[in-house]
This record gives sequence, C-alpha cells and structure tokens, in this order.
Amino acid sequence: MKIKQSPNSTVVSGEPKSVRQGTSTISVHAGESRSKPSDAITDSIVCSSTYTFQDTQSIIDFIEEKQPREEYGRYGNPNEKVVEAKLAALDGGEDAIVFSSGMAAIVGLLMAKLSAGDEIVFFDQCYHRSREFCYKHLARFGVVTHQVKTGDFAAMEAAMNDRTKLLVSESPTNPHLTCIDLEQFVALGKSHNVETLIDATLATPFNLRPLDYEVDYVLHSATKYLGGHNDLLAGSITGSKPQLESIRTLRGIMGGINSPHNLYLLQRGLKTFELRMQRHNENGQAIAEFLENHPRIERVYYPGLASHPSHEIAKRTMRGFGGLVTFLVRNADWRQTADVIDRVKIPRIGPSLGGVESLIEQPLVMSYYQQTPENRQKFGIDDNMIRMACGIENADDLIEDLRQALDQ
Amino acid sequence: MALNRIDDQMKFRTRAIHVGNAPDPQTGAVVQPIHPATTFIQPGAGEWGKFDYSRSGNPTRSAVQETLASLEGGCGALAFSSGMAATHCATMLLKSGEHIVAGQDIYGGSYRLFHKVCNQAGIEVTLADLQDLNSLDAAIRPTTRMIWLESIGNPRLTVPDLPAIIQLAQARSLLVAVDNTFASPALLRPLELGADIVMHSATKSLGGHSDCLAGVLAVREKSLLDKLYFIQNATGAVLSPFDAFLLGRGLKTLELRVHEQCRTALRIAQCLESHPMVTRVLYPGLTSHPDHQRATELLNGGFGSIITFEAKCDFETTRRIVKSTKLFGLAVSLGAAESLIEQPATMSHASYDAAARVKAGITDSLIRLSIGLEDFDDLSADLDQALRGGN
Repeated sequence: MKIKQSPNSTVVSGEPKSVRQGTSTISVHAGESRSKPSDAITDSIVCSSTYTFQDTQSIIDFIEEKQPREEYGRYGNPNEKVVEAKLAALDGGEDAIVFSSGMAAIVGLLMAKLSAGDEIVFFDQCYHRSREFCYKHLARFGVVTHQVKTGDFAAMEAAMNDRTKLLVSESPTNPHLTCIDLEQFVALGKSHNVETLIDATLATPFNLRPLDYEVDYVLHSATKYLGGHNDLLAGSITGSKPQLESIRTLRGIMGGINSPHNLYLLQRGLKTFELRMQRHNENGQAIAEFLENHPRIERVYYPGLASHPSHEIAKRTMRGFGGLVTFLVRNADWRQTADVIDRVKIPRIGPSLGGVESLIEQPLVMSYYQQTPENRQKFGIDDNMIRMACGIENADDLIEDLRQALDQ
Repeated sequence: MALNRIDDQMKFRTRAIHVGNAPDPQTGAVVQPIHPATTFIQPGAGEWGKFDYSRSGNPTRSAVQETLASLEGGCGALAFSSGMAATHCATMLLKSGEHIVAGQDIYGGSYRLFHKVCNQAGIEVTLADLQDLNSLDAAIRPTTRMIWLESIGNPRLTVPDLPAIIQLAQARSLLVAVDNTFASPALLRPLELGADIVMHSATKSLGGHSDCLAGVLAVREKSLLDKLYFIQNATGAVLSPFDAFLLGRGLKTLELRVHEQCRTALRIAQCLESHPMVTRVLYPGLTSHPDHQRATELLNGGFGSIITFEAKCDFETTRRIVKSTKLFGLAVSLGAAESLIEQPATMSHASYDAAARVKAGITDSLIRLSIGLEDFDDLSADLDQALRGGN
C-alpha cells in the first residue's frame, strides 16, 4: 500500500508548546491530565448529574465566564472533555463535540446550522437514516435536501443556489465504499461560500483526516471503530471552535449528550485505536482479495482493490481502507445470498461495524427490507449484496470461514 | 441459536474475541450483558440452577473464565479479585507442614505472602535459584508439594528452563505453578508444556488498561480445578461482574497489545544498551541477557514489555530520573496502555528484606520500565531527556 498523505502525527492541543506525537501516543495520552485526582493512572468516572458551587459569587463568576467549570450534566462532564480533546487531536481539529450517538451528532449539526428556507446538497450513497432524517424531518422545518449522484461534482454544483448552506458526503460511502475527492469537494464549497461536512465514520482519523483538506466538519459514529468493541453508542463532530460553538449550545438544549460511563469506555477503546485499525485494514484487504478471486463472487467493493472505481483517490488520500467489504454473490437471488450469510460461523449476523467482532449482513434485508425494489435499485442495493465488517480476528480464520460458507 | 460456534481450532486472537463471548440468547447482544446479580432464582427447593449465588458462580465471571481457559489451554480457569488472591488460593492447596520451593526472582507481593502469611499457616518456603537445576533439586524436601516460579522473573527478567523444571517436578510428583503475568498467554502457555497451574495478575496485560484488579488461575486437569474451585468458593475472593466485563473486553486486544509492546520494548532496550547513562540492561530479547537463547526458544514472537536497567548513578539520582519522565508515569504495575517507570528498591520490591533484595540483584540504581502502547519515538525521547537531566 502506498499512501502519500500520512495522517500519523498531529499537534496535541492543550500542550504549552506544540509537540508532534504519533497516533498511538495521542490516543493513549491526549486530552488527559498528567496529574489526576488521587494520582490515579486512569481518569475517574464522574457520574454526577449536577455540580455544586461554593457560594453565589462563584455562580456569577461562572456565568460571566471568569471561571470555566462544570454546571449541569446536560451541558457537559469531565469524562466528555477528555474524549473530546482526544478526538480533536486525532482528527487534527481544534475542537470536538461528542453526542449520545452518530445520528444525534449529525442531527445536532444540521439543526444548529440550518434554518427554514435553507438547502443542502447530499451525495446519494449514504447511511439510510441520515437520508431519512433530511427528507422526512428537516423537510418539516422548511429545509430542502437535494441528493445527487455520489462523486458527481457537476450535478452537485447544478443543485446549488444562493440558499445552499451545506454540502454533505460520506467518505468512504456506505455500503459502496466510494471515496470522495476531498480537494474538489472543498473547492466547490469554498467557491460558493458554502460549508462542507464529511461523515468519515468508515475512514476514521487513522486512515483519513478530512480537516487536513479544509473540510469544515467531520462526523464520526464513534460507536464504530473509535469505540471499537461493539459495546457503546457515541457520535462526534470535529472542527474549529467558533464553528462548533452553536452546535454545542444547541446540544445543551436538545440534550443528546453521552453518559460518563459510556465516555469512559470510549476513552478506553481509543487506547488501542491504532492497533485495531492496523488490523481492520489488514483484514479488510485480505478478505477483499480473497473474495475477488473466488469463483462464486461477482464483484467486490473495496477501495484497496485496483478494481474499485475510487482506488486512485483512496490510494492518494488514505493510509488504509478499513474493515468494511461489500460484495455480490454470482448468480444468486436474495435467498441464496442469505444462505451464505446463514452459513458463516465467525462473523455474527447484525448491523454495525468497526468492532473487534466481525459482523455480516445483507443490506436488502437489514436496512432496505421495507423499501420498494425501485428504491433499492436507485440506491444500488442489489439482492445479492453482502456487507461484511471485518473485526480484528485472525484473517486466516475469517477467510476459511467465508470459504466454507461459499463452497457449500 | 447456536451458543458457541467457535471451536478450539481457531487461532489465539480469534478465540480471545469469541470464546466465552457467545451471543446473548435472550437479546442477541454481540457483547454479553453484565450480570450484577448477587443471587439467582432457583427452580425449586433443593433444586439448583446453573447459578445460585454470585460467589459460587456468576454468568459474567463464567464467560471471562471460559475465555481465559481457552487462551491458556487449560481445562478451566478461575477469576479472582486480585493476583494475590489467586496466588493465595493456590497456596491453600497445601497443608501445615508442607513446603513450597519458589524462584528467587519473584514478585515482592508473592515473597511477602509466602514468608509472612503462608508461614503462619505452617507452610514452609525455600527460595531457590531456578537457573541452576541442582540448586532447585537440593531445595526439594520430602514435604515439598509445589514449585512456584515466574515464567519471566521480576525484576531481573530471568527465563527459567520451564520444560526441564516441569520434568523434574513430575518425576517427584510435585505441582508446578507458574506465574505467567510477565509473559501472558500470547507469548507462553505453560499448561501446554505440562505445568499444573498458571497464575496471572490479570490487572496487568490481560486487563491491559490499568482499570481493573483481577487474578486468574488456569488449570490443566479437572480434578485440580475442582479443588481450587472449592477453595475459591469457600474463601470468597471472586472477581466482580463489572471487572469481569472489563477484563473480557481487554482480552479481545491482548495479542495486538502484547506484540506491539514487545516490538517497542525490544527497540527501547537496544537504545538503552548503547546509552551513556546506562551501565546494564536486562531484557530477554537482548543477546546480552543470560537467558536470551532460552527466551527465544520458549517465548512466541516477543520478549515481554518489561525492561530493567541499571543507571550509572546513585540512589538519589535514580529517584530523580524516575520522577522526571513526561510520558512514563511513576507507578508500580505493568502491562498497561500507558508506559510506567519505577525504582524496584523503593517500590515494587520494597517488601523484600534488605538482604533478600541484595541477593536478588535489586540494586539502588535499578529502574524498571513497563512499555505501553505509545509510539517508540515518543518513548525513547522521553527516556533520553530523563536520563540526561537526571544526572
């Protein structure tokens, strides 16, 4: 794998002097104080729902912003501050806001940034719930969403007008793993003075740092690779402090904050972030190569394969290509495809991705079962499509398992 | 629903993730629920369900025990509230008047338990130089029941000839209990070599995140497991469900963490060996270590995350060095994501008597490092500034 852009070091925010450190040093130490309460090596879990003041004057000092501190749990908590600083450092951003889920994060951003009459343009390969929120709910508040073909910048520009406030895309997209040319994406936004948002959940800051390309906002479902153990829900947005301020304020009102216990698990998961990502990347590549050479496979979507339409962009901009592999079973109807899934022994059948345990699913069944065949076709969800989220198990075991499931 | 579809033919890392982690039959949850319950409803009076009272058994603890047994290649494993609780349970297999031969190079806490607690129950202990099989042989008495050793010694990182010691013990019908904390099953599985019991302070690399205290006994044969279970249930030092969850979560990245730490530790040891402020480095991965050859044969793919070295300075300067690192935290314990530094003479081995310290080679200028998951460049720069500033 040859990668030009190497996002493997960054500046740790909050240090008196800028120190460039490696990814794993950041994920272990960034955002954490060297001297913690009781001199503990790990951060304590601060469960308190509210925070008390010494006297009336200290409340006034807090309100007049003379003394930053906690106030009430919905506005933030100490565990959240550590995780936010760590995520900001990993993404190379000035600030990060953590939410109770990835959807809470994107909804929080859209609600904070858009008003009735505004419009957004969204590339069409995306998480179906993000699409649903825009069309069903943002629409109720008078915000218009245009979806255009993923990667078609001419179509995106044609859909823009003087009411356009935000350009949105995933990179890589789900489940086709199309990678967006971020230079073009940002240039288009800048030329019309429109902000840009990239959902980089599938990439993670280990593989891609959209802020380096001057994207305005980066979204992560931290439930996936960042938490990494299939045991917590979280979402985050990274960007500049001034741009994130209104999102933070609205979160305090809407209340989609994460819990201290959960945030501790997220922080703990981040300690092995680099190791896990290296393994997810290796497993994804190995599985994709195995599948591409298997006679029962019609097509594999994986940006690390030369056959993928985004291979050149991915190679140029990413350090690795993640654990998600999408593939089509040759000459199989939906039921024959489901049979392959029902025969695997190691990956569990379920939605989500990015955890240590491999997961496998058929998008037709898992996410698009209640959609019309026309809609499925429109979103490129084929009947014979399988999405496998490689965990960090031994690649040989995963390959053997897929082989027996396909060969039966 | 198939409860556990992973067989023991799977590779170590796959088992670490899936064995003992079957999907929850009630909810399909991919991660097992945490069961804080202290007691369980029984089918009828005098009829017992799978679980009755949490000291005797708890589903969350059972799950992690299953994972641990698979990783150590044992017939079963027991999880305790700390490594010392696990060690103590193993010593309670002995009766008053019986005798343990232990290695000279053992953890200070084990030394203290043997000499200041077990002795009160009439159990006698002799420390022997396990590098010398004759010395071990000479220490064995008619009353000896158990040989206690560390697969990688602490703090001098000796690597005893485990297969030869097991052979000797089997010829004399002695139990072999191995503290495998420094090696972890990612590098060495003593039960597969014929040891009877493996002990872990799972607080270290098994948990791996400095946030749960835990101990483990993994056992080769069912009859011995049953005896140890009886003692554990009777004495009660069991692992809590919350900590069992954190331990199981840590095991999922055990192999990745241990191998990364080994890679970094070897490079740090090599740097220290050529550092002007360092007189001697003890790391089994260095050709200069007396047990290097044996470590290469016994350990699978690495030499551990602990490095001990002697600084070219006195007691006070050593204290200054360990205080002046910026990434390494000044603390005992090891095997964590965060790198740690300490002075064995005043910290991990302070419970040794002064004379025993000298005999074990624990000098005033000895420094012990536990390599974490940070980048090598960041760690070596931190050590270098501490060593240069500390002089």
